[in-house]
Amino acid sequence: MVIKRREFLQVGALATASLMLPKFLKAFERPMMVPQGNKVVVVIQFSGGNDGLNTVIPVQDDIYYTSRPQLGIAKTNALLLTDDVGLNPALINFKELFDNGSLGILNNVGYPNPDRSHFRSMDIWQSGSSSSDYVSTGWIGRYLDAQCNGCNKPTQAMEIDDILSLALKGENSKGLAFKDPRRLYSSSNEKYFKDINADHHDGEATADYLYKTMSETLSSADYIFQQSKLHPTSEPYPSTELGKDLKTIASLIYSEINTKVYYVSLGSFDTHVNQDNQQKKLFTELNDAIKAFTSDLKKNNRFDDVLLFTFSEFGRRVTQNASGGTDHGTANNMFLISGGLKEKGIINPMPDLSDLQDGDLKYKVDFKNVYATILNKWLGADDKTILGSQFDYLNFI
Amino acid sequence: MPVSNRLKNQHLLWRAAFGPMAENIADLDNISQKTLWHTLIKTSADKPQAINVASNLFDGMVKNIDDLSQFSKLTQDQKKQLQVQSREDLKNLNLRWMYEMINSKAQFREKMSFFWNGHFACRIINIFYQQQLLDVVRNNAFGNFGELLRQVSKSPAMLQFLNNQQNKKQHPNENFAREVMELFTLGRGNYTEQDIKEGARAFTGWTYNLQGDFVFKDAQHDNGVKTFLGKTGNFTGDDIITILLEQKQTAIFITKKIYRFFVNDTVDDEKAGWLADRFFQNNYDIQKLMEDIFTASWFYDEQNIGTKIKSPVELLVGIRRLLPMELANDDAQLLFQKLLGQVLFYPPNVAGWPGGKNWIDSSTLMLRLRLPQIITDNEVVNIVPKTDDDAMMGQMMEERMDQIKNNEYAAKGGSAIVNWNVVTNIFKNIKKEYLLPQIAAEVLQTESRVSDSLLTKYIDNQSREEYIKTTIVNLMSTPEYQLC
Repeated sequence: MVIKRREFLQVGALATASLMLPKFLKAFERPMMVPQGNKVVVVIQFSGGNDGLNTVIPVQDDIYYTSRPQLGIAKTNALLLTDDVGLNPALINFKELFDNGSLGILNNVGYPNPDRSHFRSMDIWQSGSSSSDYVSTGWIGRYLDAQCNGCNKPTQAMEIDDILSLALKGENSKGLAFKDPRRLYSSSNEKYFKDINADHHDGEATADYLYKTMSETLSSADYIFQQSKLHPTSEPYPSTELGKDLKTIASLIYSEINTKVYYVSLGSFDTHVNQDNQQKKLFTELNDAIKAFTSDLKKNNRFDDVLLFTFSEFGRRVTQNASGGTDHGTANNMFLISGGLKEKGIINPMPDLSDLQDGDLKYKVDFKNVYATILNKWLGADDKTILGSQFDYLNFI
Repeated sequence: MPVSNRLKNQHLLWRAAFGPMAENIADLDNISQKTLWHTLIKTSADKPQAINVASNLFDGMVKNIDDLSQFSKLTQDQKKQLQVQSREDLKNLNLRWMYEMINSKAQFREKMSFFWNGHFACRIINIFYQQQLLDVVRNNAFGNFGELLRQVSKSPAMLQFLNNQQNKKQHPNENFAREVMELFTLGRGNYTEQDIKEGARAFTGWTYNLQGDFVFKDAQHDNGVKTFLGKTGNFTGDDIITILLEQKQTAIFITKKIYRFFVNDTVDDEKAGWLADRFFQNNYDIQKLMEDIFTASWFYDEQNIGTKIKSPVELLVGIRRLLPMELANDDAQLLFQKLLGQVLFYPPNVAGWPGGKNWIDSSTLMLRLRLPQIITDNEVVNIVPKTDDDAMMGQMMEERMDQIKNNEYAAKGGSAIVNWNVVTNIFKNIKKEYLLPQIAAEVLQTESRVSDSLLTKYIDNQSREEYIKTTIVNLMSTPEYQLC
């Protein structure tokens, strides 16, 4: 703490008169109601490059089994969605969502000239750029720029993490990252910071920018904490990281907060060795958390308003390696989960394993088409400005 | 508001070095900027000592292999062992170089090296190649840009990072040629896609061996005629670099980047143009360019002082220069770098760290504001960095161990024992009533200030030492301190 407790008490006694509500807090005295049917996006990032072929399994494809003599998942073990397609055995709830028409699977999503470095490929996905560009803002950050022009708190997009990802960094606005609303509140609720913030007078542009960010953080921390206490979910969630994160998200969705995009990560899926165990462990965490989240949303009649999707920076090579794992690949599948999907099930054809590029899947859908669709159809945003050019919309929403 | 002589000197020290040091900050009232600049040059004149942190294990294993093709004959376990060791060594390289930034007399050299390290951004997990590239950069930090460019382009680190070992006559790989033009010399929009293709052909055959030597493989080189930036010939990679240096645009591009880094995020085209003209005429002499900047009166204009956001490394090093300290755990510096978004030798991509406002979001700003307290008062760091899959190489156990280690930092905090005697000594001749403005004048570069009346409420008055200590820590815990 910048001020020690003893000093805090002293100062508190001295300073009450000057402790008027800073102007940024005043804004929240007005009620901020969220319209019914408020659409929300939840992004789950699979960090490390999830093996898509052992996630959505081509159970009738001989090439799959000959390429993965040990690692291939037998048809009898997979959770069959159709005669040709099975799910990883750990994704039991995903099969239920599939049967209920709340799951969509997009195959072969990627981008031209794929990069196999985790960091670089994640950069490309998060910035929403092409592999030859270096863009230092993220696609959700630019959405925030468009939505939050002149607004005083960047709570339209939030990441449940200690550190903010590139995806949520805009040119002028940046999303907020926090692991827990209470902790965010307590770490920013320091009197010294509030005091120096109230004390600041506009002057030089860079200093003002820092004060603006601080002011937004302090006011958002208060706001988020208050909102998280409005209608906290009472449904049971698993006590895993992702379980806790989705519980936080659900509670905020039921509040009156203006958040449109929530972002959370799961990993690491970088399964060069001993893939089966690692993927199973992560998928079990995913499956249980999603099960709690979706049934919670259904009970509260919000499942139609929430679109959850998953992505990873790349898929993995078709052929297994010598260590019981797979190496970095290219195109991958994405899960779409919502009560409001227009296209469900297996939306486009499974990967063609007889038509590879250097042993890797060829992408058929550019991920920017997915972003454009969500920005335009779900969030009602100007996707062309945000993504820098016009990408065709898909029909899943 | 007139800019004081002290403020100008501190400005020069924040930009041409890593900020004023406790031992000499008191002397900055009377010395002239010119004298200070010449001191900076003089103290950086010696050839730098190479930093070598590569462990014996790495050394022994690699030196037993003659060429790259034999590398594939190592067992999986050996390869993994190498990578694990290399990552450990990279952490030491990071800390070792940070030590130089804090303690070295060659401040100007290290600051220039820090700039070039970001310009020639390279993210690979080979300790040999990384420390060799750092050596190239530190040796040529304010020498000749053409020479620096040539040596960097021939360094195994950069050739590997930009995949030039895959750039062969039959299968050209354009990555290297593209980035050399886009990021190292001309900048976007000053060449065509055809220039990249032709340039890539000229760079075919440029590769390296495991000992870190540049190797030219004739058999892989495309000897044909190329047309590059309007010139036609039987060009080699060296010819391409020569042609790139003949372009005035290269001088303009580099000068503008230097201007943004050392002067102001917003480039004054007229001044940058003047600088670039001279840089080009002086055959890319970096020291002359920097002298043009640091001896120009406009460099000391109010608009250029206290208006740049310190990068995480500049922030950490700056604090440590003003507050001599013993860290309880040296590795805490790596954690701070990670949490604040700048880990040395792990730039986000070949474009380097974007800098400026990009350093700031709600998480990083609040951590920056708490940092002085964390360091000086053993406060707990309760945040965990994201995992890095490139660095983890798929090793789950390792990752978990790292997580546990980070939690250890969290429990211990990034605490340090600050030698407050040295610090209080700076102000030994200052009367109590002038202490606050004097400390503020030495700690902050901004015109914007937290008011004295507010600060006074937070300053501990029970002793002179506590007074100075709490004043400094409180001043460092402000948005203003993020600026230099």
